[in-house]
Amino acid sequence: MRHGRYPFIVGFLIVPVTIYVTFVIAPYLQAFYLAMTNWRGVSANPKFIGLDNFQRLLQDDIFWKAIRHHGVLLLVLPLVAIAIALVFAFLLNVGGGSRGGTLRGVWGSNFYRIVFFFPQVLAVVIIGVIFRRVYAPDESGLLNGLLGVFGIDPIPIMADRNIALFAIIAVLVWQAVGFYVVLFSAGMASVPKDIYEAAVLDGAGRASMFFRVTLPLLRDTLQVAWVYLGIAAFDAFAIVQVLSIEQGGPDGATTVLGMEIYRNAFSYSQMGYASAMGVALFFVTITFAALTLRVSRRETIEL
Amino acid sequence: MARIDTPAPPRGDAPARRPGGPAQDQRREIGLLNGLAHISLAIWAIIILAPLLWMFLASFKTNTEMYLGNPFSLPSSFSLDSYVRAWNEAHVGRYFLNSLFVVGLATAGTMLFGSMAAYVLARYKFIGNRVIYYLFVSGLAFPVFLALVPLFLIVNNMGLLNTYTGLILVYIAYSLPFTVFFLTAFFKTLPNSVAEAAVMDGASHTRLFFQVMMPMARPALVSITIFNIMGQWNQYLLPVALMQGENAQEHWVLTQGIANISVQAGYEADWAAMFAAVVLSILPMIVVYAFFQRQIQAGLTAGAVK
Repeated sequence: MRHGRYPFIVGFLIVPVTIYVTFVIAPYLQAFYLAMTNWRGVSANPKFIGLDNFQRLLQDDIFWKAIRHHGVLLLVLPLVAIAIALVFAFLLNVGGGSRGGTLRGVWGSNFYRIVFFFPQVLAVVIIGVIFRRVYAPDESGLLNGLLGVFGIDPIPIMADRNIALFAIIAVLVWQAVGFYVVLFSAGMASVPKDIYEAAVLDGAGRASMFFRVTLPLLRDTLQVAWVYLGIAAFDAFAIVQVLSIEQGGPDGATTVLGMEIYRNAFSYSQMGYASAMGVALFFVTITFAALTLRVSRRETIEL
Repeated sequence: MARIDTPAPPRGDAPARRPGGPAQDQRREIGLLNGLAHISLAIWAIIILAPLLWMFLASFKTNTEMYLGNPFSLPSSFSLDSYVRAWNEAHVGRYFLNSLFVVGLATAGTMLFGSMAAYVLARYKFIGNRVIYYLFVSGLAFPVFLALVPLFLIVNNMGLLNTYTGLILVYIAYSLPFTVFFLTAFFKTLPNSVAEAAVMDGASHTRLFFQVMMPMARPALVSITIFNIMGQWNQYLLPVALMQGENAQEHWVLTQGIANISVQAGYEADWAAMFAAVVLSILPMIVVYAFFQRQIQAGLTAGAVK
């Protein structure tokens, strides 16, 4: 068995490690250097300018707008998506009450689960394209068409800077809920049945069952959901690029960092500045991850 | 999905309680809550289905029909004109085949290289094992946007911009961290006894991997394959960044193509053809989902449950 061990190990690792280092590790490392150059596109020579890009970033209006939007996304998206998904998962799994001694979901729960999860199979871009028409500013759009049936004048949904970002978040929630219903359902299924049955025997209603039994036992799954949605809140590039007007508009009212990185890199050819934004995004994400870990540690001690 | 699946007794005679004052109140309460539960679930199901159904109907409608009347009214005719336009002029068919080709090769490559690396990292001790493992896992912590500009330059310098080879290699590279992370954990759980028996019988390391370990790892491989197919099929940022320039359109994948069709449709106001294109592109997903919904749900949530 010793024979040919190292050639085997090297042989199995060489291709994956080479591909990975070339296309993932090398770019990540280069990004930190590029962020300190004024590289404008492929042809020109990059010049080292230290932290100038970051100074410019701090005074960039659009950068702060994007950061604010990530803040809104981070606040609204996980809260709404998790809340809706939790209620539905509860109804689908144990919401049918107890029949013949066992708990079960409401009637038709399998159908609902299949329908709810379906948007997860669709590409975000395709969903964005669909909702571009759903949100169309005239009566050819689904929403305004429905409003029209009730005699309400069309609302320019994506052109209104107060509504646009929330309209985008609504689409993200629309897509996400099904995934978390399935995730929470798996979590609820792993809770021993006798715990629920004991609660029923003790006379727990559905509300107290939800808050006193289901929620505490789902803590780990909830944490995973929170991290996933947090990561999604720092992305949102595809949906913003396809769904918003002027790719992040009106007037930057829906822009996110990914959108600005893409724009600076490929529309303005400001490769150095775009990299600086990437580095900023990296530190924001890392901060979020660190904070989450911190909070979660405290939670485990409480338990 | 271990749901609590007991056959439902017919409604009305179900509860094992004796009829009486408080029990009846409770029954009425349960009935009311059940009603509310059903209404809320049904409303969400409608919210999910309405845009899809509306889009399907609209793909047959003329612009006039779209502006006038109920959004859910039936089109005057179910002619396939818009579908023909979408297929021929908007090139949905080509984008679809491009996606199929790229994702097929990229997922195959990801699974092969990912499981090779994961297997060695999980079951062989050697110097640098942990370093390489954490190198892979660290990729999970970085946002792709950080790498976007340098990645573009690297791919450009290799002359792989706007090529399938470049896109496939990049897809594989960015799928590796999660694949390696997930499969390493799985290979560690496989029993040693079977491997030892195979070695006794004179199997080489390579044979041991392909003929003994891979078949044993099948459930994990299926989950992660589905996960990678879905992720790569829906990928947008990487192709948009890497498949640009002159004549790039020939190589576009479906997500890019649909996004572009949407913009074009805005100029030409040919919404029916755009909807037809979207319907064509999601139809295969509906078919696949109908057959494999359990595996897909398990595969996509696999990462979170781990």
